[in-house]
Amino acid sequence: MTFMQRTIRTWFLTELLKGMFLTFRYMFKPAVTINYPYEKGYLSPRFRAEHALRRYEGGEERCISCKLCEAICPAQAITIDGMPRDDGSRRTLRYDIDMTKCIYCGYCEEACPVDAIVEGPNFEFATETREELMYDKMKLLDNGARWETELASRLKQDAKYR
Amino acid sequence: MVDFALTLWEALWPLIWIVIKILAIVVPLLVAVAYLTYAERKVISAMQRRKGPNVVGPLGLLQPFADGVKLFLKETIIPSGANRAVFLLAPMLTFFLSLVAWAVIPFGEGLVLADINVGILYLFAISGMGVYGILMAGWASNSKYSFLGSLRSAAQMVSYEVSMGFVIISVLVVVGSLNLSDIVMAQKNMWFVIPLLPMAVIFFISTLAETNRHPFDLPEAEAELVTGYNVEYSAMTFALFFLGEYANMILMSGMTTILFLGGWLPPFDVAPFNLIPGPIWFALKISMLLFVFIWLRAAFPRYRYDQLMRLGWKVFLPISLAAVVVVSGVLVAFDMLPVAGGMR
Repeated sequence: MTFMQRTIRTWFLTELLKGMFLTFRYMFKPAVTINYPYEKGYLSPRFRAEHALRRYEGGEERCISCKLCEAICPAQAITIDGMPRDDGSRRTLRYDIDMTKCIYCGYCEEACPVDAIVEGPNFEFATETREELMYDKMKLLDNGARWETELASRLKQDAKYR
Repeated sequence: MVDFALTLWEALWPLIWIVIKILAIVVPLLVAVAYLTYAERKVISAMQRRKGPNVVGPLGLLQPFADGVKLFLKETIIPSGANRAVFLLAPMLTFFLSLVAWAVIPFGEGLVLADINVGILYLFAISGMGVYGILMAGWASNSKYSFLGSLRSAAQMVSYEVSMGFVIISVLVVVGSLNLSDIVMAQKNMWFVIPLLPMAVIFFISTLAETNRHPFDLPEAEAELVTGYNVEYSAMTFALFFLGEYANMILMSGMTTILFLGGWLPPFDVAPFNLIPGPIWFALKISMLLFVFIWLRAAFPRYRYDQLMRLGWKVFLPISLAAVVVVSGVLVAFDMLPVAGGMR
């Protein structure tokens, strides 16, 4: 019986036909891909992409130059120089991130005691030159200003899991 | 002066007329090739649940022309180690052979460029020569990938041509003529796909191997040979290979249609069906077979090389050989042999 079945299967190509009709059925299912530049997929609030340095609502920089992010960065992409300001509070003079070194692990964000450095949802920051990927403090603060609403809401959504 | 112009016109007119007829075949064919690439991408993307080309023109319908223009404008790179003449000749040969075979294909009753009595033999000879373009390309590129790809391709095409030949013979003993129009007309009552179903399947699978299509696309095997014999080709030389390959797919589907699916004949000779002109039926049948070509590409993984050879030599060859004996035996036993001169 099994021999007969096997022989019939071989000679009538039943398995090949089954496979073909499986693909044929799939032809009528809706596409699972999206029309990327025009449509975008869902991003989790934990999605880690381009960095930003945030400010307090009053406009004061959050970063206190504690250098925890610099220390924890496994790719050593962050360079910080800092000193006390005239009013005695400590702030960074230099906060550089080499985006070509960054591995987007999110440790900097986790290490930060004041939620200053965060990784935002923007992953479309490709540039034409390598130099443009050497982010400095200006660029990061600018990102912070640009994305603040989004960043704050993401932090709020994820706060209960931190 | 007027006399001279008239005689010149009379001398040239047949030439002009044949050029017009050739263009009437070649131009639609090339457009069909362009849209075959589009159809392939669309169908496969649908089967893989992707969107496929949809940016150039409505539904991406202008994509094949965008691709064509791109290939046309790119630089043709000739590798320094290549044999220039053969390297450039190979794609031209492939393209030329894929077009020249269409001369004997009947698109409808009497709608054929050259109604020769050895039509099927001519087709077989031309498709057999297709291997030269590939071999020349592989050898002239002076690259190991191209060379291996072309060797595989040559071995594969030669192997499957043998069983294709036997299948054709079994059709020929039923028809009693090598003329393609006669073969189609012999299917007036019943398409050969019904009595000769196993041979039709073998023939179709062999055409897959003959055109180096999935699941027999070993000459191209991206995974191990990059793309096989056409690795070193770029721009128009590559485009010619590509056009040739796809024109060959259409040709092979046409051949299967003529041998087994009744060519331009409608499926039933009754009112709504036989009102549609023959060339449209022919095109519909070809499109259906091409859809199967594409469908198979989406459904099956690539054969391993020894499996391919085993299938060709140890399965198809004995079966098709036996088929020739069985078919002619049945014809003799029931006294159904086509009488010489009876068909024509």
